[in-house]
Amino acid sequence: MNKHTLSVLVENKPSVLARVSGLFSRRGFNIDSLAVGETENPDVSRITIVVNADSSPLEQVTKQLNKLVNVLKIVELDPGQSVQRELLLVKVRADRAQRSQVLETVELFRAKVIDVAPDTLTIEATGNPDKLDALLRDLEPYGIKEMVQSGLVAIGRGSRSITTGPALRAA
Amino acid sequence: MTRPTPETLAHRASPATVAAAAGQTQAVASPVQTSGAGALVRSLEALGVEVAFGIPGGAILPAYDPLYDSKVRHILVRHEQGAGHAATGYAQATGKVGVCIATSGPGATNLVTPIADAYMDSVPIVAITGQVARPSIGTDAFQEADIQGITLPITKHNFLVQSAEEVPRILAEAFHLAATGRPGPVLVDIPKDVLQAQTTFTWPPALDLPGYRPTLHPHGKQIREAARLIAASRRPVLYVGGGVLKAGATDGLRRLAELTGIPVVTTLMALGAFPDSHPQHLGMPGMHGTVPAVYALQKADLLVTLGARFDDRVTGQLNSFAPDAKIVHADIDPAEIGKNRHADVPIVGDARHVIDELIAAVSAAAEGAGQYEPWWATLNDLRERYPLGYDEPTDGSLAPQYVIERIGELVGPDAIYVAGVGQHQMWASQFIKYEKPGTWLNSGGAGTMGYAVPAAMGAKVGKPDTAVWAIDGDGCFQMTNQELATCALEGIPVKIAVINNGNLGMVRQWQTLFYEGRYSNTELGTHKHRIPDFVKLAEALGCVGLRCESKDDVDKIIQQAMEINDAPVVIDFTVGKDAMVWPMVAAGTSNDEIMFARDVRPAFEEDDL
Repeated sequence: MNKHTLSVLVENKPSVLARVSGLFSRRGFNIDSLAVGETENPDVSRITIVVNADSSPLEQVTKQLNKLVNVLKIVELDPGQSVQRELLLVKVRADRAQRSQVLETVELFRAKVIDVAPDTLTIEATGNPDKLDALLRDLEPYGIKEMVQSGLVAIGRGSRSITTGPALRAA
Repeated sequence: MTRPTPETLAHRASPATVAAAAGQTQAVASPVQTSGAGALVRSLEALGVEVAFGIPGGAILPAYDPLYDSKVRHILVRHEQGAGHAATGYAQATGKVGVCIATSGPGATNLVTPIADAYMDSVPIVAITGQVARPSIGTDAFQEADIQGITLPITKHNFLVQSAEEVPRILAEAFHLAATGRPGPVLVDIPKDVLQAQTTFTWPPALDLPGYRPTLHPHGKQIREAARLIAASRRPVLYVGGGVLKAGATDGLRRLAELTGIPVVTTLMALGAFPDSHPQHLGMPGMHGTVPAVYALQKADLLVTLGARFDDRVTGQLNSFAPDAKIVHADIDPAEIGKNRHADVPIVGDARHVIDELIAAVSAAAEGAGQYEPWWATLNDLRERYPLGYDEPTDGSLAPQYVIERIGELVGPDAIYVAGVGQHQMWASQFIKYEKPGTWLNSGGAGTMGYAVPAAMGAKVGKPDTAVWAIDGDGCFQMTNQELATCALEGIPVKIAVINNGNLGMVRQWQTLFYEGRYSNTELGTHKHRIPDFVKLAEALGCVGLRCESKDDVDKIIQQAMEINDAPVVIDFTVGKDAMVWPMVAAGTSNDEIMFARDVRPAFEEDDL
């Protein structure tokens, strides 16, 4: 099984997310990550879905997604040809003794401290999933009190935009 | 036998109102002030809707007021499930979009089964449901159900209308979605306050469906590749599904078949797409298909698949299905292609265009059609050795197959036959000869018991001058026979042949074959206790009730029923309970394991090919 990143352009209407996520669950796919937001066109939303699937069941799901009336376009983003980012907020135990070491790690990963309390630091980091995993691994020993992670968002490299490029439309 | 009383007959809708509803209305309407409900009914009129099947209730009530004066004929059913199947039967018989209406909550959820049924068989229906007023949505209000959420996976698309202004556009979109591309059910849920709000109605609305672009015309390269494979093949089969009927491509299919000389099999959903009497027709493939049809698919070197979807009832065990065949798969729905079986030549397009272009490509190909004489010799030999047939019961009971065969013979190929689900459905598919498109309606994909009576009602409303015979089982009939009251009152003279074997026959057959004859919960008591007595039940519902218990009476009683055209007729054909449907491929096994009869495997010669 391979990870696939699908960018799905949909009409910005109620119930569309339920239609898309329902399709995945109905066919037994677990969504690894999902992010939804408006695009440059406020009538269009973009859903970025990361799934673990073999290519043939993925093709079936893609075709089923294409059948949804509110789905405008589907593109699979190749990690080599796209920029992929997640946002991580993590609250780390950092008392006086540990604080400087934690800050060093923050510096190293080009993350940011966004909130300070006497015994914790809250850190914001963006990056691809590998980088964020590495950051978390380094912070783990200090004690992670809480963390929250966004879904992955991705955009193709180069000047071509998703609206003008070819769609994933296997037949 | 009794007849409906004159009072019952007097209640019926006059033919004049029905005729007035038949015409198409003007395409453009000047703006008028009306309510959301008024816009709904005007939209239905503008869309050319002749008839809607439904039941009013609280949330949908505003819509029933303008409906009262409308030329849209509303048929008041007795259960919303009946409304849904009637819309389906109407759509399947006429090719037009069927319409059903229900109120919120339980009214809407009672439509779920027919919507799922129409989804599985790709039938164009539009279901209109009332919803609680917008401020109450999500509050567990009285008769509230999230019908949009409930029907997400069983509709082609559904809408929750947010304002009265949207009503005409959404109705137009719903009909467009239901009828075009791969047809299917569309649900429009309308909150009560939207129905009551004032709006300006204008027609026609502009459709706003930027993500909906069905592919109708096939790719020329794929068509040429298919033609090349046809010419190169030695054992090809045209595997024809319901898509060919929906596309109105039956004339083309016949030309293609005759041009190429390729054997044809028609699935359960495609009966009537190719004449049963045609010498190139091998019959129906699948679990209860003919031996030649099943064998032809198994031994084929090429399947030219037109509007079919490699359903498990056709393929049997998938990995041993048609092992040597290359697959040309044409379907209007790209998601069907490669779903169950890899397609060597995928063709996305409407069956009509696909077939027309295949004809042109085969005619133009230098190789012409292939040479199939040895293939036909094998298949003809199998046809001779393994024809469809049945044994007379040894206990003196009436053979159900005989009854169905005689109905087909006497009523003829112009009638519409509507089956329920089970043994009687399979026998009706086997022993009635279908010569024309649109003469066989059944619940294929969903297998919905109770489909026949309401679907027959819908078909008869759509085709009032055509004889409509439901072939139903005693189990199925007890699920939806309340619609006979609707038929009696509305002047819908359907014929219902209840093949009454006193049991859930198909389940009993499986218990006989796979559960050592342990008949757990399949005996219905319609023989032993005559509960219900179908003749009395028919009479109570305003129908003519007849009973037939012996072979000698079969023709006479069918003819008697045929002569009655002013009331629905129910015939209780009391038949033996031990008859089984053959041939049979047991569920999950390979088609190679087809049984011609109990303990009889067809002898396929290894050197047949």
